[in-house]
Amino acid sequence: MRRGPSAFNVAAIVAGLVFLYLPIVLLILYSFNASSLVTVWGGFSTRWYAALAKDQQMLDAAWTTLRVGAISATLATVLGVLAAVALVRAGKFRGRWGLAGMTYATLVMPEVILGLSLLLLFVAVGAPRGFWTVTLSHATLTLAYATVVVQARLASIDRSLEEAAQDLGCPPAMAFLKITLPAIAPAVAAAWMLAFTLSLDDLVIASFTSGPGATTLPMRLYSQVRLGVDPKINAISTLLIGLVATGVIAAYLIQQRAARRA
Amino acid sequence: MTGRLQIGAIRSSFAPWEDPLLKPLVRFEAVSKRFGETAAVSEVSLAIYEGEFFALLGPSGCGKTTLMRMLAGFETPDAGRILLDGEDIAPLPPHRRPVHMMFQSYALFPHLTVAQNVAFGLKQRGDPKAEIDARVDEMLGLVKLAGLGRRRPDQLSGGQRQRVALARAIAPSPRILLLDEPLAALDRKLREETRVELMALQQTLGMTFVIVTHDQDEAMVLADRIAVMRDGEVAQVGRPAEIYEAPADRYVAGFVGDVNLFEARLDSVDGGRVRLASPEGRFEADDDDPPEVGATAWLAVRPEKMRLTVEPPPEGPNRLSGRISDIGYLGDWTTYGVEIAPGRVIRAARANAARRVEAPLGWDDQVWLAFAPDAAVVLKR
Repeated sequence: MRRGPSAFNVAAIVAGLVFLYLPIVLLILYSFNASSLVTVWGGFSTRWYAALAKDQQMLDAAWTTLRVGAISATLATVLGVLAAVALVRAGKFRGRWGLAGMTYATLVMPEVILGLSLLLLFVAVGAPRGFWTVTLSHATLTLAYATVVVQARLASIDRSLEEAAQDLGCPPAMAFLKITLPAIAPAVAAAWMLAFTLSLDDLVIASFTSGPGATTLPMRLYSQVRLGVDPKINAISTLLIGLVATGVIAAYLIQQRAARRA
Repeated sequence: MTGRLQIGAIRSSFAPWEDPLLKPLVRFEAVSKRFGETAAVSEVSLAIYEGEFFALLGPSGCGKTTLMRMLAGFETPDAGRILLDGEDIAPLPPHRRPVHMMFQSYALFPHLTVAQNVAFGLKQRGDPKAEIDARVDEMLGLVKLAGLGRRRPDQLSGGQRQRVALARAIAPSPRILLLDEPLAALDRKLREETRVELMALQQTLGMTFVIVTHDQDEAMVLADRIAVMRDGEVAQVGRPAEIYEAPADRYVAGFVGDVNLFEARLDSVDGGRVRLASPEGRFEADDDDPPEVGATAWLAVRPEKMRLTVEPPPEGPNRLSGRISDIGYLGDWTTYGVEIAPGRVIRAARANAARRVEAPLGWDDQVWLAFAPDAAVVLKR
């Protein structure tokens, strides 16, 4: 029997990868372009990274994005763990399907609609748009993803672990913190990474819910592209890709390791 | 008759349930529990005594696990009371009960080492560290795991994990140890070894053990007394030998071991001797508390109490003839199915006491079955 992929398989994989990643590879390559014309290769240089370091507006946007990402991811993860516990452990309570449905709704809801409805909400309650409205909106968006990731792990954990802890003298809340939380920790970490990454590259919801002084990096990039492409954008995009890729790969590795141990 | 015959082949002086002055350690008083439409446990009353090895035996769904979980505190009775040392334990949550459980899945904490697992209950209680360490070492020695304290549960074999679970549950010296199908996950050889060790451990510790099992052999070997459960009710409580040799009804007779049942009408009672008639033959059995004359009763005879012969036994009651329809050779025993009428197969078993047999039996042989009046039990229901 023939082992390994056939010529057709190899061709299909290469074509697929090129289709998906060629634009990104080009972007990364051109971030090291010496020429100030985006489409003309003028030799290798890191001048755009140096220029980026001096662009205060861009750096502010990056810093805002990181803070929004970290805070919203933390919020979404805490709420996601609680939602997952309710969905997996609480059995059949009134409104269980309602909770599940509402949690997952944001997974399939178009971001434009989510962004618009959040904007309407903030306007209705008179909340000044800015850093915190973006952060809360991102927590809303990423909560569903965090819940799904934690829920999958929690469902695979033997319920009697927590019962055993209680049986041995541990009050219920402590049993959760001492036994269940360490057991689902990898999923919690993965959920945080995922939420952080989603927040990092969100443009739509941020555009709706942000206000003066809280411009996120994707918003800044988008507005700059409209004015004409500056090679600095390639540089910051490359950094962003690096960060997102690191987050996704770390989340994947953490989950893999946990799956092997379980 | 010379002297009064006793039920079962084992003499034991441990029988606290026969002492009217002794207070039971645990008493279930008409305990009921429903899950939605189904009654998991209905009106169960039981008394378990200090130092006893008590088994709850029954098929899955009979309520034995629910009963145990109510004792541990994970379920609350809908009606009735559970008394520990004479006090209602209903207000106590699981973590305040001096009752520890060994879970069927073992439920070892995966992120803790073996020693940390065993120490968990002691730590919760706030014992000083030196005491905990000493107790953990003692426990690991007791379950023959000395030196494995630093391993993690996923580095242990199934049998070793079972021992860790056991050590963890007994380390804080509970008043009662609950064992939920403790040997179900082990292979047969290991299960038999572990049974013996479990019995020795219970003797050494003098602790009260309550085991939940669906395996009748396990219950028979381990327990001082067995409660056979059916559909949320206790069908019979007694020593293993009582359950086997004097079952309360057809369900118990059939659940514990194999049994042949003959539906018959009670013809006459003469002292302790009962005569019955059925289309399959005339029967005689010993019974001190017989049903009324004319009533329907069931005669239960265990396969090993059937005498299987080629020559016809002397004319009289308690004999049947038929054709051998199946033979199962088990090594120590051989079981035979004898078809006495189309579709009606009676089981008989013979111990293989000798290596060579003069005239071995074969399929389709015409044979006779007979049993002594003392070998049969008359069941009223």
